[in-house]
Amino acid sequence: MTVTTIMNTAQMDAIAARHPHLLQGSTSKRIRSILIFAGIGLYMIYSWWFFSIGQVLVNANWGIAGTYLADWVSYEVRPDIKIANDGTMQVVYPRYSPLGPDAKPEWVKIETKMMDRTIDVPAVTQQAAPKKSSSFSFMAPNAAVGGSAEAGARTETRTEEVVSRATVNFNSTTSIAIADGKVAATHAGETLLIDLDHSAGVTPEGTLPEWATQKRPGEKVTLAFGMTGWADVDKEKISIHNRFPGWANFIFDTNSPFFNKSFGEVTSLIVSGERLDPSRSNLSLAWNNILYNSEWQHLDVWTKLLQTIVMAFVGTLFASIIAFPLCFLAARNITRNGVLNQVIKRFFDFLRSVDMLIWALFFTRAFGPGPLAGMSAIFFTDTGTLGKLYAEALENIDDKQREGVKSVGAAPLAVQRFGVLPQVLPVFASQALYFWESNTRSATIIGAVGAGGIGLKLWEAMRTNSDWENVCYMVILILIVVFIFDSASNFLRSRLMGQKTH
Amino acid sequence: MATSALSTTLSDNGAVVERHWQELNLRRRTYTFLGLALLAVALSGSLWFANATNAGKFFDRLPYFFDFVGDLVPRDGAEIGRAMFDLPSPYDDGSLKYNYPEGRMYLTDSIYVPEYFYKMLETLNIAIFSTIFGMFFGFILCFFAARNLMPNPWVRGLARRVMEILRAFPEVVIAGFFLAILSLGPIPAMIAVSIHTVGALGKLFFEVVENADMKPDEGLRAAGGNWFERVWFGIVPQVLPNFMSYFLLRLEINVRASTIIGAVGGGGIGEPLRLSISQGHEAKTLAIIILLFSTIIAVDQFSAWLRRRLVGDQAFQLAQ
Repeated sequence: MTVTTIMNTAQMDAIAARHPHLLQGSTSKRIRSILIFAGIGLYMIYSWWFFSIGQVLVNANWGIAGTYLADWVSYEVRPDIKIANDGTMQVVYPRYSPLGPDAKPEWVKIETKMMDRTIDVPAVTQQAAPKKSSSFSFMAPNAAVGGSAEAGARTETRTEEVVSRATVNFNSTTSIAIADGKVAATHAGETLLIDLDHSAGVTPEGTLPEWATQKRPGEKVTLAFGMTGWADVDKEKISIHNRFPGWANFIFDTNSPFFNKSFGEVTSLIVSGERLDPSRSNLSLAWNNILYNSEWQHLDVWTKLLQTIVMAFVGTLFASIIAFPLCFLAARNITRNGVLNQVIKRFFDFLRSVDMLIWALFFTRAFGPGPLAGMSAIFFTDTGTLGKLYAEALENIDDKQREGVKSVGAAPLAVQRFGVLPQVLPVFASQALYFWESNTRSATIIGAVGAGGIGLKLWEAMRTNSDWENVCYMVILILIVVFIFDSASNFLRSRLMGQKTH
Repeated sequence: MATSALSTTLSDNGAVVERHWQELNLRRRTYTFLGLALLAVALSGSLWFANATNAGKFFDRLPYFFDFVGDLVPRDGAEIGRAMFDLPSPYDDGSLKYNYPEGRMYLTDSIYVPEYFYKMLETLNIAIFSTIFGMFFGFILCFFAARNLMPNPWVRGLARRVMEILRAFPEVVIAGFFLAILSLGPIPAMIAVSIHTVGALGKLFFEVVENADMKPDEGLRAAGGNWFERVWFGIVPQVLPNFMSYFLLRLEINVRASTIIGAVGGGGIGEPLRLSISQGHEAKTLAIIILLFSTIIAVDQFSAWLRRRLVGDQAFQLAQ
């Protein structure tokens, strides 16, 4: 027995010679697969050329991609250090700084001193400013300014408190110190000294380290510190971009009375503090401040997200309600009227093939931007899709149940109700659920063309190129919603269909 | 006679069975009723909310519902053809509405591709390219996500999560992000559609792989084949037809997706469509819609035909 199972090479070759068609695939099959792969390869090369992909990728601004990506999960604080002619400095925060109106962050250390300064007092402040809106002539006000400037411009000597030395600590190894027209930047164990002069411009001492760049002598020096931020050193202004992980002012914005308070402080204010606004409780004030947070617009984002969910829900529900009776007319085994079957089926095909985008654009014109447009678009498209799927499901039913009900003399409607419906209802519901879930995703994108929901908000946030953290917030919310709906729909469908559905 | 006797006198056991049946029936009806009531409440709440947050109110705007039909009536029938083939219009008054010959893509001095055909081709190319691209990576990923081929739950879980995130990540965000980096053009749309396709096809693929017959794999394992040989010779030949079928199905979806992304700045036919609808250029709109409509139907029919050849009627089950 065992001897027969062991073959030597000669025997194996003999078998191979006897059944060549089994061991070698037919040549046409081999050639076909090679041809298919070659075709795909050629097509990809053609597309590469058609879209000039290589060129676009090379020309792309990849440097900015890193900044944009970093913006998703971090924010920058951008103080400017302005240097006046006499070497005195001023630390200025932009108007909408995440640190609020009068910020004194720990990482910016300033030394001040009292000093006599000679200040040019602009003439215009001395007299009534010329009316800018005067329409009769633009020569007259100009002349007036010229005349008064000579008379009014003068210098004044005041004693002021000025910043004499400023140190910005990005982190433990990176810092910039500015004093007496000199900048000392330290990063990764190297220190770069830069001289600032009003006539000679910006002059770095020694060779530039890797993290510093200067395009031309005298021009600004850009210091890139990686994820901790960067700085532009110019002769009159040093722009600091200090990057912090996280989202700034996610709960309370800088105008809120609760801004910059710890969780404990806010809680104690809400529970037992005095009313900050006499007209309402602190709790409602805090809640209101959260909802109308000017940077994050929580209420608006949530409303738009709900709109997206509602669009998908109502659109799919209406679509299945309309598709349900129509599919009985479209199924050739239920309605034995070939013309009617074809008419309804082509109608479904029409609704489906006119893209959701086209419907969305049309209904945006009818209803104006908002969820009604998106809802109608989903409704129209999915009536077609669901109708087609429902009709196919009906055509695949088991006829025995129907015959059984018919054989006991049931009325036509009763035959459908007891012979057909029990078979297809789980399939119908399962497909409606699946489209509900998938529409939650597609509702996002048709929103971007104006059909309501979070899509438009996302698109607007992206357009500015500076609100990537808001984009991230909305994406996270969308992902959460999609995952919840995905699981809910999967759960319901597996209940409906048994274990078969995946 | 026999039936009436049966219905009036039930044995004790029969009565218990009947009572149970009635209880069950009642409970089922209650659940159905509750479910429908919940659905009705959710629906009316949703409708109210949608109406309240919409720019135009439903009943105010309802008379305008079929306005779009009016948007589709050109001045004369031949205008559609002129708009589609970039022929000069007799109504040309220098406005954007009738400037059909602009946008011709000249191949030689006299032969040109009409603008909308070119744009449609661009959209189609975006769809095909990204579907191939997505299939390539979905193909690689799916074997790591299938339970029968990847016993390590961590690798499997990671592969599945990656695909889930790629699938659920809004395409419009990816497109917008790459629009910011690469500037206007079709490539952001291609990247967005590709990334989504990797996730969507990967999921479908690994489900096919999990349902594959493992006997060839056992044979290869017995003969000492390594993991790659087992996958390549044992699994791939039997799943390839299904993979191709899903690839074609995805292609249909991606043609639509790339049109939509085009409308938000991703190149292709979407952009002129959005512009012509919003500016009320009837002939142009109708020309684009006819073009888009016939392309979508052609792609659908071709894909349906090919799928039927590849996998038979299985191709027409609900594809997820």
